Amino acid sequence: MKFAVLVFPGSNCDIDMYHAIKDELGEEVEYVWHDATDLSEFDGVLVPGGFSYGDYLRCGAMANQSNVMAEVKKFAEAGKPVLGVCNGFQILTEAGLLPGALLRNQNLKFMCRTVGLKVENNDTLFTNQYEAGQIINLPIAHGEGNYFCDDETLAELKANNRIVFTYSGENPNGSLEDIAGIMNERGNVLGMMPHPERAVEALLGSDDGLKIFKSIVKMWRESHVS
Amino acid sequence: MTKVKIYVTLRESVLDPQGSAVQGSLAKMGYNEVQDIRIGKYLEVVVGDTERDLDSLVKEMCEKLLANTVIEDYRYEVEEAN
Amino acid sequence: MSASLEPTQEQIKEQKLYASMGMSDEEFAMVENILGRVPNWTETGLFSVMWSEHCSYKNSKPVLRKFPTKGPQVLQGPGEGAGIVDIGDEQAVVFKMESHNHPSAIEPYQGAATGVGGIIRDVFSMGARPIAMLNSLRFGELQSKRGKYLFEEVVAGIAGYGNCIGIPTVGGEIQFDPCYEGNPLVNAMCVGLIDHKDIQRGIAAGVGNTVMYVGAKTGRDGIHGATFASEELSEASEEKRPAVQVGDPFMEKLLLEACLEVVKSDALVGIQDMGAAGLTSSSAEMASKAGSGVEMNLDLVPQRETGMTAYEMMLSESQERMLLVVKKGREDEIKTIFDKYGLDAVAIGRVTDDKMLRLVHKGEVVAEVPADALAEDAPVYHKPSKEPAYFAEFQAIENSEPEIEDYKETLLGLLKAPTVASKEWVYDQYDYQVRTNTIVAPGSDAAVLRVRGTNKGLAMTTDCNSRYIFLDPEMGGKIAVAEAARNIVASGGRPLAITDCLNFGNPEKPEIFWQIEKSADGISAACTALNAPVIGGNVSLYNERSGEAVYPTPTIGMVGLVEDLSHVTTQQVKAAGDVVYLVGETATEFGGSELQKLIFGKIFGKAPHIDLEVEASRQEAILTAIREGLLQSAHDVSEGGVAVALAEKTFGAKDLGVHVTLEGSAVTALFSESQSRFIVTVKEENAAAFEKVIPEAKKIGIVTDDALISINGDAGVLLEGTVEEFRSAWKGAIPCLVKSEA
Repeated sequence: MKFAVLVFPGSNCDIDMYHAIKDELGEEVEYVWHDATDLSEFDGVLVPGGFSYGDYLRCGAMANQSNVMAEVKKFAEAGKPVLGVCNGFQILTEAGLLPGALLRNQNLKFMCRTVGLKVENNDTLFTNQYEAGQIINLPIAHGEGNYFCDDETLAELKANNRIVFTYSGENPNGSLEDIAGIMNERGNVLGMMPHPERAVEALLGSDDGLKIFKSIVKMWRESHVS
Repeated sequence: MTKVKIYVTLRESVLDPQGSAVQGSLAKMGYNEVQDIRIGKYLEVVVGDTERDLDSLVKEMCEKLLANTVIEDYRYEVEEAN
Repeated sequence: MSASLEPTQEQIKEQKLYASMGMSDEEFAMVENILGRVPNWTETGLFSVMWSEHCSYKNSKPVLRKFPTKGPQVLQGPGEGAGIVDIGDEQAVVFKMESHNHPSAIEPYQGAATGVGGIIRDVFSMGARPIAMLNSLRFGELQSKRGKYLFEEVVAGIAGYGNCIGIPTVGGEIQFDPCYEGNPLVNAMCVGLIDHKDIQRGIAAGVGNTVMYVGAKTGRDGIHGATFASEELSEASEEKRPAVQVGDPFMEKLLLEACLEVVKSDALVGIQDMGAAGLTSSSAEMASKAGSGVEMNLDLVPQRETGMTAYEMMLSESQERMLLVVKKGREDEIKTIFDKYGLDAVAIGRVTDDKMLRLVHKGEVVAEVPADALAEDAPVYHKPSKEPAYFAEFQAIENSEPEIEDYKETLLGLLKAPTVASKEWVYDQYDYQVRTNTIVAPGSDAAVLRVRGTNKGLAMTTDCNSRYIFLDPEMGGKIAVAEAARNIVASGGRPLAITDCLNFGNPEKPEIFWQIEKSADGISAACTALNAPVIGGNVSLYNERSGEAVYPTPTIGMVGLVEDLSHVTTQQVKAAGDVVYLVGETATEFGGSELQKLIFGKIFGKAPHIDLEVEASRQEAILTAIREGLLQSAHDVSEGGVAVALAEKTFGAKDLGVHVTLEGSAVTALFSESQSRFIVTVKEENAAAFEKVIPEAKKIGIVTDDALISINGDAGVLLEGTVEEFRSAWKGAIPCLVKSEA
């Protein structure tokens, strides 16, 4: 399976995503610069964290204007997997691929720490390697991760099991209903604030995040063997 | 009641990184006629009955809190509200 | 002011206008002598800023010459953007620490942010990829509104810049003392990694080569910032301050990536950051180092504002800019790289052979001065030095033990002292994980990062107990280096080298100059004893507010090499049943201690004694024990003594506690700050082997699974409590101080 790691001016978790795929998952991966106009050679798109365009104006707003995002929209429409982490999640909401928005953390401060997450839905392209209701530990590092959406959207997210991860124990940022990660209706686009790519080797404290990538690969293999 | 519209902007000669980045993006989107962008804050402050002079009150709030006068200027407009 | 309104040469001389730029009559006469004429306004500006203490070290040079700067591991010592040390495998570590004290006192968020930005540029201008940031901060005791504001905003500024640019902020230290109330210290350190083949120098070599300006545009911000940094803070200085520089971490991220691409090109000859004194220092220093000259056409300088004069452009300290020297004819290759990132890269001049810095503006030569005169020929002053009266008084005080009634309350009080208390409130705001190499995150003795692709690690720390240095600058200087090394060793590394930030008061006061000299003596002795030469740093003088100087604070930043990641050791206890050892002798030493400050509200007496031979051999022994796999945990004993060190060892270790028995007088055993001590834990089956490696280690107790801290003395229980009650006092202290109403 071949992954694209998008790189916008100001992305900074691109390298972490790249190494997670290459060194820990053992799959193919390439960096794709923001002005690229073709994603056809890839099987999965990873939108990494960081501060695209300095997070100026609104997080993710300017990144959404780049060429590659038009391609990401087509890629998602074709049903292929797209994972956005942290700033990547913010970009996907700005792009309209995921509903809602990420507001400033309730305490108005950036926070970097490891949090508990509950796997709310393990029947997805991204979480099939976890147990239902499993509690995992992943790092967060964001200033604007406070998920918000209107009541109607929330009802729909709930009704369709689109809330994939919630914060377990402490809600660090004031996020609505403890939401940490959601997916689109079709189930092939996931956005999440915690960083699975930072938790892929025991040396750095946790490898709980690796199963997200393994889940994606498993689904891809199955659909490409049959 | 009185509505005070306060504009807080970066002082001249102070760099506006956000403005520069937004201008760059607009240029990439084809809006080449845009020559400069400076981003500031807009506040609407509704003031109730007070015995204090409105100008000195607003100035004091701006200097003490609303603007960081080391890097920001402010100006305001007073609008009578009903 | 437009150029036509600038003062004439006659006015500059007769009205002594140079004095407002911080230049003395003698210095102005020297300039006249060098030029053989009276300098014009722009030239006067060039000399005044290049001859400021901040750029020329004219007051501190005689002291800096004392430092040992050589060693087989040193690839680049002081003099370039940052020093470089070999770590094997054709790789090297690049690091430097720099102060941004004055700007942070005026505008704490931007002052701290631009400090971070500046030191990062120093590192990548050497061709290195920045991999970590540390910060050494000093504030007042968080009692006043302004004090809290400074603290919160400095931390936010560091976080804002470092997080955005994507370099993990992994460590450092923060101390609080009333002497820093009006003049906080903000020292930022950046560590980078480089392949030997990519090492760059800031030189303008090769006559005819092109001088290129890259990065952000030039505005009127920061004009004369270096001069401002070379004066005491006062009401008057705030009037005079330049337009505050605003940091743009996004711009710097692009500049960083572009420069690291450019250094791979053989079209690049030299590269230097436009830091203090901006375009002036970078051009003059690059020419001077290469023995060449530089001619620049200022009309070509990318400008953010209209109508800028030559004087303003040359003295601007706008951020996120670099000066490059590029092989003639290959400018387009460089431009292509910067274009990719949407950055300006403009040819603004060329390298000449006449050793002059020549500036052309609107078709006229507006300045023409020898580059060496700016960069190298600043006067050097040998300031008078005088031992302050307090020193003899303090030395005459015999060491004695404070009286304490309740040991437990005392320990709780020490854990709540902001200098000792948990800094989690701070580092929670820093992204310390980005780039996924951080093995030991903030909160242990030193941070440790792996070197990706190898089995090696880099340990890094900053240290400086300025109370000891105030009491006894020489002893305190030794301790600062030794403590940094102890933190590196306790983490499993061997010290490689140090960078230092010498923060002092006004050097024109002989008592202050004495502090500078003596602490430099102490630092030099310790660097020699511990084989950690000084590879760079900076000097920040005039740290005074209304005539009151800060404590002498020569901050030490140290990097060590962990040869094998299996050696990485943290301070937390690991398993019940492990044996707890105290390594090192304890004497009654409370001068400058946390306990003394807690009880008396001030410090006095002698600083703790340190024997550098003992220190060196003890560190060697600890490192040997670690490398033989004998240690479960290691922690140096510092502020607050053994009691605080033991408590810290249990914080973060789930459900574990310690039960120990200490010999000798209780107050000394618990709280003395005697040097060269470690507390380590060892698996029971390794106890015999460990005692062979360190025969003088004293077994003091065991790690337990009851989550209690229990310390006994010769005559029974001294103090006992749950880890949780000690931990919550320690963890809650700073958030509580920040929130409380002033």
